[in-house]
Amino acid sequence: MSELFLTTKDQIADSHTLSVYRSKLQGYAGLERALTMTRDEVVDQVKKSNLRGRGGAGFPTGMKWSFMPKEPKHPDGSPKPKYLVCNADEGEPGTFKDRLLLNRYPHRLIEGMAIAAHAIGASRGWIYVRGEFYQEIVILKKALEEAYAQGFLGKNIMGKGFDFELSIYRGAGAYICGEETALLNSLEGKRGEPRLKPPFPAMVGAFGMPTCVNNVETFCSVVGILRDGPEAFAKVGTERSGGTRLFCVSGHVEKPGVYELPLNITLRDLISHCGGVKDGKKLKAVIPGGASAPMLSAEEIDVAMDFDSLMKAGTMAGSGGVIVMDETVCIVEAAARLLKFYEHESCGQCSQCREGSHWLARLFHRIETGHGDTKDLDTIARLCSNMAGQTICAFADAVTGPALSSLKKFRKEFEAHITGGCCPLKKPGQKAPHFLEHHDHVAL
Amino acid sequence: MILCETIKSKMEAIRSEFPTEQALLLPLLHEIQAKEGWVSEGAMREASEFLHLPLAKVKEVVTFYTMYNRKPVGKYHIQVCTNIACFLRGSDQLVACFEKKLGISCGETTADRKFTLSEVECLAACGTAPVMQVNNDYHENLDESSCQALIDRLS
Repeated sequence: MSELFLTTKDQIADSHTLSVYRSKLQGYAGLERALTMTRDEVVDQVKKSNLRGRGGAGFPTGMKWSFMPKEPKHPDGSPKPKYLVCNADEGEPGTFKDRLLLNRYPHRLIEGMAIAAHAIGASRGWIYVRGEFYQEIVILKKALEEAYAQGFLGKNIMGKGFDFELSIYRGAGAYICGEETALLNSLEGKRGEPRLKPPFPAMVGAFGMPTCVNNVETFCSVVGILRDGPEAFAKVGTERSGGTRLFCVSGHVEKPGVYELPLNITLRDLISHCGGVKDGKKLKAVIPGGASAPMLSAEEIDVAMDFDSLMKAGTMAGSGGVIVMDETVCIVEAAARLLKFYEHESCGQCSQCREGSHWLARLFHRIETGHGDTKDLDTIARLCSNMAGQTICAFADAVTGPALSSLKKFRKEFEAHITGGCCPLKKPGQKAPHFLEHHDHVAL
Repeated sequence: MILCETIKSKMEAIRSEFPTEQALLLPLLHEIQAKEGWVSEGAMREASEFLHLPLAKVKEVVTFYTMYNRKPVGKYHIQVCTNIACFLRGSDQLVACFEKKLGISCGETTADRKFTLSEVECLAACGTAPVMQVNNDYHENLDESSCQALIDRLS
């Protein structure tokens, strides 16, 4: 068992309270040490840890922090404020780690954000939490009150002359707000539509000011790095991605849940770690990094779960959401389900994505219900080629992940639906899921 | 007046957290919905006046986010996740079970205005799938009998 940085082997009761966090989890020792360092020294520690962002893109955190301007000024020479934002808009299907961190360790998030605020010189921050996390927001609010009362937030934090104000912003149900510039628009009280980049948030972010956005798990990982030094963190994982990661394993495994494991664990070992495929069935496919990550077939699971290895395998580490599918799953139906999700969640700004996700959802549904045509398979590929890389944000690329990978790796299943005129895995007379029926009469 | 003094004072309490007034729009809409159960046309007008925003800026936000109900919902809003992880763990059977038990389809409200049934996209609780949210609370590791029991309890 390797070292744990984010969770404990046995759950500690009341770990969400400040007193338990202080007494049993060395709470705020990381911030205390960070406040003895200069900003650059803190950034340097994070760089040395090889921590890469846990939200999905895997960008090196220390480098992201170093992009923040040192002393930004308005045109009239007055100083510009700098902001820090936590992305807790957890919504990538298959991902549920931020919810655990918010429930059990809200103070670790606050501590990590205070460290980051010191490192980048931010005076104010917001935690953008998805609106459905009502209970998590209640816990987080209480933690913020405790942190303010004990001098870990607010003015003159820990008596070190450092000021940082932090509050919560509640989202309202939009997957796209997990994209950082959509999140910033949402935080400004607007529609969560992604912004064209450049300018990047480090230059023009929340309310037009330089802003740094990181994921919940990223901030939480920073705490141990600052408390114990970057070496222990860098030692775990791979040369280019340090530390452990919270893997969220769902679907057909015996013991689904959140597991903190080193980044170099293989997908095969991860599935075994969760008790293997449920009910002793055979594995069919795995989505290794949240819904947007291209699927892997059962033969491709001897791959390490770090960012680079998964990219080499043609997929991505993404948000750490591992969705396991056994032999009984109809891949066409699973992909259709995901494409319906993307159709629903496309913000509609870019025509390629708005129309493309809509068409793909319809095509997949048509094939699943036995009304497909062989030329639909070429249409899928053609649509995807007109989406990926053509839009303001990476959403359109994400749509093509499940669409293309399912078709490429399970083409025979698609063909069987088309030639057989029905889903070969459905019992005779079994109808397609009710919620897809509104697509039935739409001709392409 | 939908925007009562309680809501207004809640907004004043958080006003200093944001550099702009517009940022108060999402929190304000959440408060309106907590009080009214939905966001009506009249509520949007009041919100636009209160925050000095054009009505269109309010409407475009209300229509963008799925959590804001644009029509009244029942006392209990049952939202079943049918995304991939819940689908793999049997969410379709849950939806069918609710439809049968309540005698309504997804998107509908029972005649006594007690239950509204909806499907939602991923609730980020896939490890305990299938899951649903009833008003503010998550219900996890569901099966047909736990869903039936819940309806019986709430009925």
